Amino acid sequence: MVDVIAAALLLSGTSLAVIAGIGLHRFPDVFARMHAATKPATLGLVLVLAGAALQVDRPGAVAKLLLVLAFQFITAPVGAHMVGRAAYRAGTELSPDTVVDELADADGSPRRKG
Amino acid sequence: MTTVTTIALAALAFAGLLCVVRLLRPGSLADRVVALDSLLVVIVSGIAVLAARTKEGIFLDALVIASLLGFVGTVTVARFIERRGA
Repeated sequence: MVDVIAAALLLSGTSLAVIAGIGLHRFPDVFARMHAATKPATLGLVLVLAGAALQVDRPGAVAKLLLVLAFQFITAPVGAHMVGRAAYRAGTELSPDTVVDELADADGSPRRKG
Repeated sequence: MTTVTTIALAALAFAGLLCVVRLLRPGSLADRVVALDSLLVVIVSGIAVLAARTKEGIFLDALVIASLLGFVGTVTVARFIERRGA
């Protein structure tokens, strides 16, 4: 039973990574690609690490997996936010399909054109 | 379990290949950072799957270090982009 759950967790986590890889090619601009790429950085990794934690048999190994999990939960959103902010401020072009750009309308926008 | 981890590792290899192709394709610096970041997630997932396959925790130290260094690298390049422009 534990094996079945672990297998399901591992396979769903890795399929999320594949979907992110496809999204990196299919989406039109940096921000849409980040939307695809940052999902497996938290959810996919949670699934894979939980599946691995069910399989390894030493408590120390499980502790290390949980450590990575906690650290990834703290850093992945921060890193993605910093990359997104830097890309926007550096004037990365938005996709023509973008519906609303609220930062461009705000006063004192740091965005440079071009 | 070996079959499952083989499938998982094959899927991760495919995902890693997609990330590398994205990394080498012409694009902005931010594009490459995003690709490199997801490549690191694929590598970390691969080490975890390998640990599940062998039921041993030898590789898990590398897992901790990879995820720590990945964050530092991402933040550094993000600061660089902000200062220099994409």
